Parts: sequence; C-alpha cells; structure tokens
Amino acid sequence: MESEFLTTMVLTFKLASITTGILLLIGIPLASFLVFSKIRFKSIIETVVSMPLVLPPSVLGFYLLLAFSPASAIGSFLIEHGIRLAFSFEGLVIGSVLFSLPFMVHPIQSALTQVPRSIIEASYTLGKSKIETMVKVVLPTIRHGLISGIVLAFAHTVGEFGVILMIGGNIPGETRVASIAIYDEVESLNYAMAHQYALTLFAVTFAILLFVYTLNKKSLGEIR
Amino acid sequence: MITVNITKHLESAEGALNAVFELEIHDGEFLTLFGPSGAGKTTLMRLIAGLETPDSGLIEVDGEVWFDSRKKINLPPQKRSIGFVFQDYALFPTMSVKDNLLFAAETVEQRRNVDELLELIELANLAHRLPSTLSGGQKQRVALARALVRHPKIILLDEPLSALDPSMRQKLQDELSLIHIRLGVTTLLVSHDIAETVKLSDRLAAIELGHIKRICTPMEFFSPQTLSGKLQLIGEVLKIEEDFPAVIITLLVGSSVVRTVVSATEASALCIGGRAIISSKAFNPILIPLP
Repeated sequence: MESEFLTTMVLTFKLASITTGILLLIGIPLASFLVFSKIRFKSIIETVVSMPLVLPPSVLGFYLLLAFSPASAIGSFLIEHGIRLAFSFEGLVIGSVLFSLPFMVHPIQSALTQVPRSIIEASYTLGKSKIETMVKVVLPTIRHGLISGIVLAFAHTVGEFGVILMIGGNIPGETRVASIAIYDEVESLNYAMAHQYALTLFAVTFAILLFVYTLNKKSLGEIR
Repeated sequence: MITVNITKHLESAEGALNAVFELEIHDGEFLTLFGPSGAGKTTLMRLIAGLETPDSGLIEVDGEVWFDSRKKINLPPQKRSIGFVFQDYALFPTMSVKDNLLFAAETVEQRRNVDELLELIELANLAHRLPSTLSGGQKQRVALARALVRHPKIILLDEPLSALDPSMRQKLQDELSLIHIRLGVTTLLVSHDIAETVKLSDRLAAIELGHIKRICTPMEFFSPQTLSGKLQLIGEVLKIEEDFPAVIITLLVGSSVVRTVVSATEASALCIGGRAIISSKAFNPILIPLP
C-alpha cells in the first residue's frame, strides 16, 4: 500500500514536471508570437489557446480519446508506428500540455506586453540578434511572468482530473495520478488513504506556491 | 558622409502625409532635426537606424549602402554602425550599469574601454547599480555611454534630454557638447528646444510635415537679421488685453515675462500662443551681468 502511494505521487509529479517543461518550450515562442506578430488570424489562435479555460475537461478528454483510438485516422496512424496514446503516460502528457497551455501562455504573454519596445530596439541597435535579445534582454526582464507561468502550469497539472480520467483511466504506475487516486480511494470508502493523498497534495502545492511567491516578491523588489 | 534620400508614408496625428527626406550629413558634424511634434523627426531617425523601413529611396553611409529600394538592399539595425539613445533611456532593467555597457561591447578592446567610458560620464562609482536606482540624468548618461561603446559611425539622439529638469538638462547639454568635441563622432539630435539646438548643433534641419524645409546654422535660423543697433527678442504671446486706445501684450521671452503696448492694428496680427519678435530701435542696449 505504502509503495503504491509513493508510485502514484512520483507519477503525479513526473507528469507535472514533464508537462511544465514542454509547456515552457512551447509557451515562450507562442506567447511572443501572440504579442509581436501582426498577422490577421491571430485572434483565432488566441481563442484556441484560451479554450481550456472555459471548456469542461471532459470535452477535451473525450475528443482526445477519440483521436487516440484506433478507429480514427490519427490513432490508427500512431498505432501502426507503435505509439499507443490512449490509456498511456505519453497520452496523459499530451492531454495535460493541451489543457494547461493557457496557464503557461497567459502570464508570459501579459509580461511580454509590458516590456518596453525600446529596450528590444536598443538591443537590436547594439548589434544583437533577435534570439540573443530574447534570451539576454527579454526573458530576464519577464522572469516574474515566467515563474508565474511555470507555477500555474505545474499546479494545474497536478490538480487535473477530468482530462486524465477520460484519456488515462486508472492504471497504477502508468496513468494513476494522485487526483484520480483520491477519487478511487473515496469510492472504495478508504478514507485514510484518500486523506494521505489529499493532505500530501495540499502541503506540497502550498509549499511550492509559497516558495515561488516569496522568491518573486524579492526579485521584483530588486528590479523596481 | 551620410546621404539620405528617402520617402515614407506616415500616419500622424494630423492625418496621413507623404514624407520626403533629403539630407546630407558631414563627417563629425552635430546636426539637429528641429521642428514641431508630429513633423517626422523621430521617424527620420528611426529610418536611418533601420528600426523602420522607408517606402523608397537610398541611405548611404561612407560609401556603404544601408538602404536602397531599387537594389532591394535593407540592412537590419544590427548591421548598421549606429548608437541610438532613446527618449525613455531604454536601459536593460536586469543588468547593472556596467553590464549594460558590457552587453554592447563586441571586441575585447571595447570591453576594456568600458571602464574608461564610465569614467568619462562620471559614473564609475555607480557601475554596479541597477538602472532603477539611478536618477533621470544618470540614466541618460548610461544610455549615452552604452551607445558609444561600439564606436558607431553615427550617434542618434531622440530627444534625450526632454524628460529632465532644466538644470540637469543644461549640465547634460554641456556634457554632450564635450563628448562630441572629444570623440568627434557624427551626431544627429532630435529636439524642439531652441536653447539646446543653438548650444549644441553645427547645423540645423528644420522639419515640417514630413519635409526638410531648410538646412542652415542655428544662428541663421533663429536670428536671421544681421548685427545692428536693434535689439530683437523672440517671445511667445501669453496674453492680449485691450486697453483703449492701445493693447497690452504679455510675452514670454526665455524665462522672463515681458509686457509691452501696441496699437490695435498691430495687435490684430497676434494670437495667444503664437511667436512674435519684439524689437526696439534707436538706443544701444545696456547689458548688465547678473550675479
């Protein structure tokens, strides 16, 4: 029982870490695109990114499940190439990335809109490329936005339930994360175990958020 | 020698206008772009820097083509040898004063010269401070030093002193002048301050509605009359009061308020906020130095 608890917790934080890492890699270019690009269909992309905020998780989970199933074109193509996404950890990562996308993109986007254009232009006039400007000037300037994005995406993935239940199910060590385990334990009237999961999640998320906000306040104080 | 001959369609506050800029800037010259806001001064500066693209024309610097619409050449700002000082200073907020300068340095030699530049602008003791802890004047000096690090062919100053109080302004004008004389770098300044323009520039390009109306020395522009016994002052009309049979006009000349009497016919040509010359004949002006 104890080791099952550990396996589930490790899996939960592994999923959240991988998801957050992928989201950071996608989120920075996507947010920059939304802020700096002038193309006409930008609002459509913006809407798609924000959809998970209002969409019931089960809707996204349902469509992902359909897409992953062997009956669909995508699913059968993937299965032919030996990739099974439904009821697998990889599938959970994809679902979580999609579902937590706005939580990473929005804080970065709003931080980017506050970066004065002149410091970006100043860097260009000092001979620095767009990428060097992004890495050395823009990203350090928006670090509080990055931290918020990382924390929100991580916390949201840890707490995600609907999408995971739909596409992952409840396979111990593979797709059974803490939020699902709580539901499962309560259903089998195993309140002690449910408590253990719930309290651990509560404590860990509280600690992470507290740490980050303290850190954030300190670094903001330095810049301002 | 810098040759600019470009056109650009502008959307200004007063409506759309087709700007045509034709200008030659000599080596080592201090040239001021002077004119009302919305005339296109900053745009011309940004076009030269490559931060905006002209619709057509040519920009050539010392024989090197920076922009040529016919040959489809358009060097990005990174490839142009410029130092741009922005109105809001544009210092990198997460880097110390010294790191701001070091960021600009490209060669080992330029890195070594950073300390010297910090001495030149008298900020060596603040080298490790973050920009947010500096005063406006200090920030402006850092911005200027940062623009000088790469030894650019031309320094572009976009109203660099407009946000500073008068005494700091004057101090920085003196410093700008000294730095210009010492380094001899070609400098282009955007300004709508008469004192600043007269003090700093070798020549002035008067810009109105996207066109360069005139290029001459500041003295030729602001004081066209040849020396004579006449005293002439340029002022701004503050108040027009009728006091039959005459009219009392209150003017702002420099920082002094002057009241004078004119006839009703003369007054009809004046309007509040407009500029006017007060002149006085038939006496020798008496100049008394102030303590």
